[in-house]
Amino acid sequence: MRPVPVRSAPVRRVPARRASALAIAGVAAVSMSLLSACGGDDGEAEATDSIAVTATDDSCEVAKKDLPAGKTTFKVSNKGSKVNEFEVLKPDGKILAERENIGPGTKVDFVVSLPAGTYKLLCSAGQTGKGPSQDITVSGQANGTGDQRLTKAAADYKTYVIAQVDDTIAKTRLFVDAVKKNDVDKAKELYAPSRVGWEAIEPVAEKFGDIDPKVDAREADLSPAEKKDWSGWHLLEKALWKDGSVKGKEEYGDRLLADLAVLKGRLPGLTLDPVNDMAAGAKELLDEVATGKVTGEEETFSHTDLVDFKANVDGARKVYELLKPVVQEKDAQLAKDLDDNFGAVETLLEKYEKGDGYVSYDKVGKDDRKKLADAVNALGEPLSKLAGAVAK
Amino acid sequence: MTGAGPGDRPEGQDAAMPVTEPADGAAVSRMSRRRMLGFGGASLLVGAAAGAGLDRVAVAEEDDDPAAGGAVPFHGAHQAGIATPVQDRLHFAAFDVTTGDRAKLVRMLKDWTAAAAAMTAGRPVGQGATGGPAVAPPDDTGEAEGLPPSRLTLTIGFGPSLFAKDGKDRFGIGARRPPALVDLPHFPGDNLDPARSGGDIAVQACADDPQVAVHAIRNLARIGFGVVAVRWSQLGFGKTSSTTPDAQTPRNLFGFKDGTENIAGTDDALLGKHVWASGGDGSDWMAGGSYLVARRIRMHIETWDRTSLREQEDIFGRSKGEGAPAGARKERDAIVLSRMKPDAHVRLAHPDSNGGTRILRRGYSFTDGSDGLGRLEAGLFFIAFQRDPRTGFIRVQQSLATDAMNEYVQHVGSGVFACPPGVKEGGYWGETLFG
Repeated sequence: MRPVPVRSAPVRRVPARRASALAIAGVAAVSMSLLSACGGDDGEAEATDSIAVTATDDSCEVAKKDLPAGKTTFKVSNKGSKVNEFEVLKPDGKILAERENIGPGTKVDFVVSLPAGTYKLLCSAGQTGKGPSQDITVSGQANGTGDQRLTKAAADYKTYVIAQVDDTIAKTRLFVDAVKKNDVDKAKELYAPSRVGWEAIEPVAEKFGDIDPKVDAREADLSPAEKKDWSGWHLLEKALWKDGSVKGKEEYGDRLLADLAVLKGRLPGLTLDPVNDMAAGAKELLDEVATGKVTGEEETFSHTDLVDFKANVDGARKVYELLKPVVQEKDAQLAKDLDDNFGAVETLLEKYEKGDGYVSYDKVGKDDRKKLADAVNALGEPLSKLAGAVAK
Repeated sequence: MTGAGPGDRPEGQDAAMPVTEPADGAAVSRMSRRRMLGFGGASLLVGAAAGAGLDRVAVAEEDDDPAAGGAVPFHGAHQAGIATPVQDRLHFAAFDVTTGDRAKLVRMLKDWTAAAAAMTAGRPVGQGATGGPAVAPPDDTGEAEGLPPSRLTLTIGFGPSLFAKDGKDRFGIGARRPPALVDLPHFPGDNLDPARSGGDIAVQACADDPQVAVHAIRNLARIGFGVVAVRWSQLGFGKTSSTTPDAQTPRNLFGFKDGTENIAGTDDALLGKHVWASGGDGSDWMAGGSYLVARRIRMHIETWDRTSLREQEDIFGRSKGEGAPAGARKERDAIVLSRMKPDAHVRLAHPDSNGGTRILRRGYSFTDGSDGLGRLEAGLFFIAFQRDPRTGFIRVQQSLATDAMNEYVQHVGSGVFACPPGVKEGGYWGETLFG
């Protein structure tokens, strides 16, 4: 089966920051199997099989009811008088893929990758989400040479994610030990390293909407009402650097470890999709750098932003390396651009290495920040094309 | 998921779209924005044009009616945006080239050219804002969807630092630096901010709609990531010079008409003499091009506004209301320089005071909010095109050393760029330099 993402995906990654971070803390873990939803992409033309669908204001005629698994092109004609919407529904009624705004008298090609199973095709005149439908049956096994490599990449990435979470827990334990002893110097030293594993896989952790706000919320992102529930690394960061003491903050250390343990406990059931989770996640890691690290907002008190910066880049690099064989085949120029620009960012970061870590970001001047921002933009732009290339 | 995103639009709006969506999704994205809007007459053509030849139909139709926000042809002997009637809005951007790889730079210039040709015709970049795969970011950023071409012009120029930076000839073009592309000298009163000056490449985007101009620079900057980075950019909101003498002369932020005696965009003789570079000028690749000088001129608005009308008029050498030269009645009456004060701006800048030299001015007013001291951060973003800056802007600016206006202005940003000739069909920006 070849995973292709869903347009208007039913599961969106929760924007953990900015948007009222703690308000969503009660939300249970979101669906873990994005992979099972294989959806449409109406921009592609090279479909293997095409099925005519004729929609009117009160009918939905599908030319063929039994289809082979894999990529299918629905050629939808709207012969009615209203704007129509075409939906592919799973047996439970959830939308797998949809194409909106099919004007009267017009025709669109809509490509969907369907694994074996039964589906409902629905035409909704007036785009109300309701309308006549037809059942179809999809059978067989989709083939494609890219699948195996992507499946392996996803499996390898999961191994990496688990290793990073293990690493972050081990180092956070040391950090929390120092916090509990109110050993401020030691805790300061251990703070940034404890976050490295987390920062490398943050978009995956953000899939569970409740964990990220508990462990990684910044004070500046909270509403006044949320402040009383604030917890996590940045609370301890502020206490260490601003207050110079973590006395009385011991429980926050324990809570941080407990929240990370919850994250670890959920990982075995996690399915990671090469497009939506890996490639899109790599792009998000660079977004994190561009909006939080280059500006110095992430580590307001400790100024250890460059440590997070490097961890974000490393996490994105890992995704790219795993997907690289597929990218090289599908878009060689993109692979070259990514090689060049990952290299450029890494070389630039080396200039700021100090001991085991990096120079304090408040010592990085405006001109240097501009150079870092330029390098991040130069990498972020091609990286944003990774998902499209992998899904090609 | 119905009800999310585009599906939210009221039905009537969709139904009003005269455009049939061809089965080939790509054709949609190639359609002009104007057509999408269904401007008068356009809808009739759609059926015939659907699928093939859309571009040509769209462009031809829009050329006929520039007032309605039509398209200015991108290809030609000269770049558009110089002799073109001045549009209402400006977004000017200067870029630093961040790579040392000539092939990458040329590749980007080709990508830029394709994007510029599309955007100036009112089409989106690449596959458009919605025409690509759903998992990839759209090629076009989308904020100009549904807007007419708005007479967008994009004009590129190459700064001295592209030819040599810190003594290094990064792209093997050092020897081709035109003699006329000199570094501007320091002029008395200059207070230039390096962060608002220079740049390896400049792009002037002019349009009648600011959103169209900003969209163009934004998309070029995006395409350029990894090859160029924006060094500085400037928005301009009101043209301060006109290249169409029959139209009402616009006013600058001092409240005076500006550019009465500017070179008309239709005056081929004057353009050939003072604006277009020729092969015989010392740089063959610049034949048909022009040199752009940009100056960010901060105006001391508050003190100017406290200045008496008589003094204001003396400083300019023209009346504030009519714009008549000192001692005359009407704006276009003959100028008698001796009737103006010796330090009047118009007198010092006039061709008769500068050996007959003329420059084509194309500047815009700007107001970037206020400056933290309660003063408007405002002024003139001066742009001039000329055949040779040494005999053009530099000559005139040296004459302005004693300008009475200097008390009310300060030059805070500066750039000089060699704008190559126009692009032929199938060619690219800078082909005469890099090709």
